[in-house]
Amino acid sequence: MTQAIQTEEKQVFRLPDVLADTATHFCPGCHHGIVHRLLADVLDQLGVVQDTICVASVGCSVFIYNYLLLDTVESPHGRAAAVATGVKRANPENVVFTYQGDGDLAAIGLSEIMYAANRGENMTVVFVNNTVYGMTGGQLAPTTMVGQKTTTSQQGRSFETDGAPLKMTEIIAGLPGVYFSARVAVNNVKNIKKAGKILKKGFANQVQHKGFSFVEFLAACPTNWRMTPVEANERVGGEMIDYFPLGIFKDNDNDGL
Amino acid sequence: MKKNDTNLLVKGNEAIALGAVAAGCECYFAYPITPQSEIPELLSESLVEVGGTFVQAESEIAAANMLLGATACGKRAMTSSSSPGIALKQEAISYMAGSQLPGVIVNICRGGPGLGSIDPSQGDYYQTTRGGGHGDYRTLTLAPASCQEAYDLTIRAFDLAFLYRNPVVVLGDAILGQMKEPIKNWKERVVLDGKGLDWSLSGARNREPRLLKSLYLSDGALAGHNRKLQEKYQAMRKECDWEEYRTQDAELIVVAFGSMGRIAKSAVRKLREKNEKVGLFRPISLYPFPEAPLDRLAAQGKGFLTLENNAGQMVDDVRLAIRRHADSGLHCVLPGHLANPDDLLGPIEEAMPAKAG
Ligand SMILES: Cc1ncc(C[n+]2csc(CCOP(=O)(O)OP(=O)(O)O)c2C)c(N)n1
Ligand code: SF4
Repeated sequence: MTQAIQTEEKQVFRLPDVLADTATHFCPGCHHGIVHRLLADVLDQLGVVQDTICVASVGCSVFIYNYLLLDTVESPHGRAAAVATGVKRANPENVVFTYQGDGDLAAIGLSEIMYAANRGENMTVVFVNNTVYGMTGGQLAPTTMVGQKTTTSQQGRSFETDGAPLKMTEIIAGLPGVYFSARVAVNNVKNIKKAGKILKKGFANQVQHKGFSFVEFLAACPTNWRMTPVEANERVGGEMIDYFPLGIFKDNDNDGL
Repeated sequence: MKKNDTNLLVKGNEAIALGAVAAGCECYFAYPITPQSEIPELLSESLVEVGGTFVQAESEIAAANMLLGATACGKRAMTSSSSPGIALKQEAISYMAGSQLPGVIVNICRGGPGLGSIDPSQGDYYQTTRGGGHGDYRTLTLAPASCQEAYDLTIRAFDLAFLYRNPVVVLGDAILGQMKEPIKNWKERVVLDGKGLDWSLSGARNREPRLLKSLYLSDGALAGHNRKLQEKYQAMRKECDWEEYRTQDAELIVVAFGSMGRIAKSAVRKLREKNEKVGLFRPISLYPFPEAPLDRLAAQGKGFLTLENNAGQMVDDVRLAIRRHADSGLHCVLPGHLANPDDLLGPIEEAMPAKAG
C-alpha cells in the first residue's frame, strides 16, 4: 500500500513579470540578454518595476524595450545620459536608468555621460561594453583593444593612430560627483552572480537617493568578433578582463558591497 | 524689471522667460549664447523660486536632449538658444517630432552662416519652417514682434505643444530679445491639472508600459507613422495667425514677420501719411504659414513686396501662397545691417503697382 506523500509546494524559481515572454532576436552568444535578465531580477527584487523609467540608446541595445516591460523613452545616439537627466529632473520620484553600448556612451555620448556623472545625477547607468559597434556591423569602437581587428581597423587597432581603449569605469570613478562605479562580466555563473549583486547596489543607491551609479558589463559580440559563442565568451574571460579589470572602482558606502 | 501689479517693463528675452513661468513651465535647460542669455539668467532664479527645475547643460545638444527627457514625462519644458546653438538642437528636435514630444524651443536668431555675428537676423526662417533636422517633420513656429507678443506667444507655445504633442519654436531676433517695452495682462502661473497626459512616462504603475520612440523598422511601419504625423501637420493649419494693417484699400501689401514686420509697419505708416495705398501683412505663425488670407488679398488684385532680414527665405512661402493671382517682389536687409523704417520707404515706393507698372 502506498501512502500519499504530502509536501508543500515551494516555488524556488520564477521569471520576473517585468521580463517579456518573447523569443530573443539577439545573436547566439550575445550577452545583452543576460544583462536584461539581471536587470529584470534587480528591479523585481527592489520592488521598483512600476516606478522605473528606462532610457534606451542607439545600438543593439535599443531593443531593450522589447524585453523589459517598463516605461521607456528612446534617446538619440549617445544622448541617453542627457535624456535621463531630463527625465530624472522632471520626475525625481522615478527610478531612471540608461542602457548604452560602448559606441553610444564612450564615443558620441562621452560628453553627456561625463557631465551627468559629474553633476551626480541620481540615476543608474548600465554600460554594455562589447569592444565594437554592434548594430552597424562591428566597426572600431572607443573600447576596441589594441591589435583587435574590426571592419574599420582591418590590420588591428593601432595605438599610434587610434589611441588606447577607454576604461570608462575608471574614468567615471575619478569624478567627485560619482557615488558608485563598477565593472562586471557575465561570462560565467560566478561572475553573473557577482554582477547581479553589483547591479542591485547600483539601483539601490538611486532608490536611497545616494547619487550617480555606473555599472559596466563586459559583453560578448560573437557575430562581429567573428567567433563562436564559446570563443567569444572565452575572450571576455581572458583578454578583456585582463585589460578591463572587474571590480568596484568607487563606492562612497565603502562597505565592500 | 519694474513691476506694478499688471505692468512690467522688460526686455523681449525677459518677457519670454516670464511667459514661460506664467505658462507653468516646470523644467528649463540651457547653454549660454548671445543674444538670448537673459532667458537662462532670469529663469535660473525665477523658475526655481516657483518650484521648477533649471539645468545649465554642457552643450545645446545636451540641453535639447534634457528637454526631450522632461517632455517624455509630460512636463511643460523649454530650452532656448540662438542660431548656432539651435543648429545643435536639431537632432533632439527631430527625435521629439518623431516621438511626438511637446518641447518648446526659443530661437533668438543671430546672423550666420557660421559664427556670423550677434546682430539681428531672420536667417533661420528656412530651418524653422522646414523642420530643421532630418526627416519629414514640422515644428509649429510663432514669431513675435513686440515684448507683449513675446510674452503671450510663449504662453501659447506651451499650449500648442501639448495640444498637438509636437515641438513648438518661438522665433525672435536680437532686436526683440534686447528691446525694452511694457507688457500688460500679467498672468498668474497656470495651475496644471495633469490631464491629457496618458502618453507620458511615470513608471508603469497598474497600467501597461508606455514607449516613446521614433524607430519604426517593420515593413510599412514608418510610412504609417509618417502618415499620422502628416495628418497632424495638416490639422495644425487652423493655428494660422497673422496681423493685417491697413490692407483693405491697399494696392501694395508689404509682407514681413517679426522685428522686420514691426519696422515695416512704421514704414507703412509713414507712407500712408504721404497717401500711398500700402498695407502690411505680418505672419505671426510661420509654420503653419497663413496662406489663405494672403491668397485672398492676392485675389483682390493687390501687389506684393516681401521684406526680410535675410537673403530672401519667407518670400518662397509668400509666392506659393499668392501664386494663383500674383507674384511678390523682394527687398532684403542682409544680417549685419540693422533695418530702419526710412531705408524701407524707397524700396516700398518703387514696388507700388502704379510705379512698378
Ligand atoms: C547620430 C548617429 N550616428 C550614427 C548612427 C549609426 N549607429 C547606429 S548604432 C551605432 C553604434 C552602436 O554601437 P554600440 O553603442 O557599441 O552598441 P551595440 O550595438 O554594440 O550594442 C551607430 C554608430 C546613428 N544611429 N546615429
Ligand atoms: S551584433 Fe553583437 S551586440 Fe548585436 S545582437 Fe549580435 S552579438 Fe549582440
